[in-house]
Amino acid sequence: MSDSRAAEPWIRRSATPKLDRILVTPEGVPLHVTVAAAGARAGALALDIVIVAVLIVLATLAGASLLWAFGIAFDGALEKASGPLQFLAVLWIIMVFLFRNAYFLYFELGDRAATWGKRAMGIRVAARNGGRLTAEAVIARNIVRDVELFLPLVFLTSGGASGAMTDLTAWAGFLWVAMFLLFPLFNRDRLRGGDVIAGTWVIRNVNRNLGEIVARSATEAVSEGAEPAARYQFSDADLSVYGEYELQTLEKVLRSDQEEALQKVTESICRKIGWEPGSGDERAFLEAYYTALRARLERSMRFGRRRKDKHSATE
Amino acid sequence: MLRSDRFRLEREADWIRLEAIVTKMEKGKARRLSDDDVLALPTLYRTLLSSLSIARENSLDAGLIDYLEGLALRSYFLVYGTQTSFARWLGSFFGGGWSRAVRAIEFDIWIALFVMIAGAVIGYILVAGDSDWFYALVPANFSDVRVPGASEQALRDTLFGGQEEDGLGVFAAFLFSNNAQVAILAFALGFAFAIPSILLLIHNMALLGAMLWVFAERGLTVDFIGWLSIHGTTELFAILLAGAAGIHVGRSVAFPGARSHLRAASDAGKRAALVMVGVIFMLICAGLLEGFARQLVDNTAGRFAVGGGMLLLWLIYFFGFGRDRRRPDA
Repeated sequence: MSDSRAAEPWIRRSATPKLDRILVTPEGVPLHVTVAAAGARAGALALDIVIVAVLIVLATLAGASLLWAFGIAFDGALEKASGPLQFLAVLWIIMVFLFRNAYFLYFELGDRAATWGKRAMGIRVAARNGGRLTAEAVIARNIVRDVELFLPLVFLTSGGASGAMTDLTAWAGFLWVAMFLLFPLFNRDRLRGGDVIAGTWVIRNVNRNLGEIVARSATEAVSEGAEPAARYQFSDADLSVYGEYELQTLEKVLRSDQEEALQKVTESICRKIGWEPGSGDERAFLEAYYTALRARLERSMRFGRRRKDKHSATE
Repeated sequence: MLRSDRFRLEREADWIRLEAIVTKMEKGKARRLSDDDVLALPTLYRTLLSSLSIARENSLDAGLIDYLEGLALRSYFLVYGTQTSFARWLGSFFGGGWSRAVRAIEFDIWIALFVMIAGAVIGYILVAGDSDWFYALVPANFSDVRVPGASEQALRDTLFGGQEEDGLGVFAAFLFSNNAQVAILAFALGFAFAIPSILLLIHNMALLGAMLWVFAERGLTVDFIGWLSIHGTTELFAILLAGAAGIHVGRSVAFPGARSHLRAASDAGKRAALVMVGVIFMLICAGLLEGFARQLVDNTAGRFAVGGGMLLLWLIYFFGFGRDRRRPDA
C-alpha cells in the first residue's frame, strides 16, 4: 500500500517543512510527522524540572509534618532516638533519586509517551523506526539525561560555588556542557544523546478536527452525479486555469468563511476567467467553483494525472 | 455530489467512533471503554489507514486528508504503544530479562573487570611509592581519619563498633546516591567511545587501592576487605556492570560493523539500559547492606560470609538464571 506520491511536499503545506518527516507504519502506510522544535523541547524540560522540584518539596513537607505529628503523639520520644530519624533521612535521599528518575520513566511509559511538560508543549516520544516504543528505549533515553543535564548543572554549581575552577577547566567544562546541551541543534532530527542511544525521537502531537464538507450548499443543491450548481455553469476553459495548490487555497478560504477574503478571492477568480464579479453571492459562487474545480481535478487524478498549480501544464 | 465527498460520508461514522476511542485512551480513561470498543480499535485503525490511502489517491480535500493523517498517527501510537505495563515489565525483567542482558555484554564485563583491577593496583602502587598521592586521589570528605600514618586504633575504630556512630545510615544513603551517580556516569559516558567510562572506573578503583594501602600499612588488610566486602561485593559488582554497559555502548558506536552508527548505538543502548536498571537495584541493595547489615555484623568472618554470599547469589542469578527461555533480542 506504499504511497510514494503522498511524500511529495507540495501536497502537504506545512509551516515548518524543515522538520517534516515521513514515518512508515508497520502496515506500510507513510504518515507525516513533525519533529518537535528545539524550543518546545527546552520548554518541556524546564517545566518538568519545575514539576519534579515541586513534587520533591511537597513530599518533603508531607514527610516532615508526619514526623512532627509522630513527635507530638509519642511525646518527643522519636526525636531522641536517632534510628528512625536516620531511616527517614535514608528514605528521603532515595526518594529524591527515584523522583528525579521515575517521573520521566512513569510518564513516558504511559499511553501518551509524554511527561507533563511534554504534554503541555504538545509533543511526545516515539520510536524512530516506526515500531513499538519499548520500555528499554524509554529507560535508555532517560538514563542518559543524567549526564546531559544534571552533571553539567552539578559541575557548574559546585565549580562556581567553590571558586576552584581555573580558566582552563572552566572552559573545558563549558564545552562539555555545551556539547551535550546543544547536541539536538546539530542534527536534523533534533535528537539528544539519549535519543541516539535509545533509537527514539520526539515529535509533535497532531489533533485536527474533522471539518464540515467544504462546499456544503453546493453539494446539497445538486442531485446525485449531476454537474454542480445550476446557477453557475463553468466551461472547461474556466476550470483549467487552476491546479491543486489554488484548490487548497480556495478550500482554506471557504473553511475560514471570512467575508472580506471571500470577496477578494471571488474578484480574482472572476478576473482570471473573464467573468463579471457580482456581489452579495460570493460564497455560493465560490462553492460552486470549488466543487466544479475539485470534480475536474479529481477526475484526472483518478487517471493518474495531477496538476500541481496554475503554472504546471494541463494535460 | 462529489465522489470523494460521498466516500467521506460513507465512512465518517467509523472515523468519529475511532476518534472518540482514541481521545478517551489518550486521557487515560481506557478502563471506561466498553469491550466492544477495545476490540474494535485495531480493526478501526486498519480501516482508517486504508481510507487514508484511498483518500490520498482520490480526494483533493486537504482538510480531510490532514484529519485522517492526524487520526491515523494518534491511533497508531495507541495500537503500537508501549504495551507492557510497568508492573508486567518489571516481572519479566527480574524473571530472566536482566540476567540475559548481563550475559549479552559478557565480553565488556571482562574488559571492565580488567580495568577495575588495574585501577586498584595502580592506586595501591602509587600510594605505596609516595604517600602524597593519597591526598591527590581521595577527596577530603572521605579521608577523615583514614589517612596515611593514622594509628592502628584509629583505623580499627572506623571498621568496627559503628553502632554508636551517628548518621552512618545517612552516610550510606549519601553513598548510594553518590555511587548511583558514578554508575550512571560510567554508563552514560560510554557513548563517547567508552574512554571516559574507563577513566572513571580507573579513578574510582585507584581511590579504593589507595585506601587499601592505608589499612594494609597497619596490618588491617583482611579486616578492611571484610568491612568493604559486606556491601562492596554488591556495590563494586554494580559499578562493574555499569562500566561494562558503558563500554558496550561505546564499542558499538566506535565499531558498528555492518549496521549504521545510529542503529548500532540504539541496539546496544537498549541492551545496556536493561543492565542499568538492574545496577540501580543492586546499588539500593548495597546501600541497605552498608547502612544496616554492616552495623549488625561486627566481625570480619561474618562480614566475609555476608559479602561472599551476596556475590555468589549475584553470580548464580546472572549466569545460571533464565537460560532456558533465551530470546535472541535479550
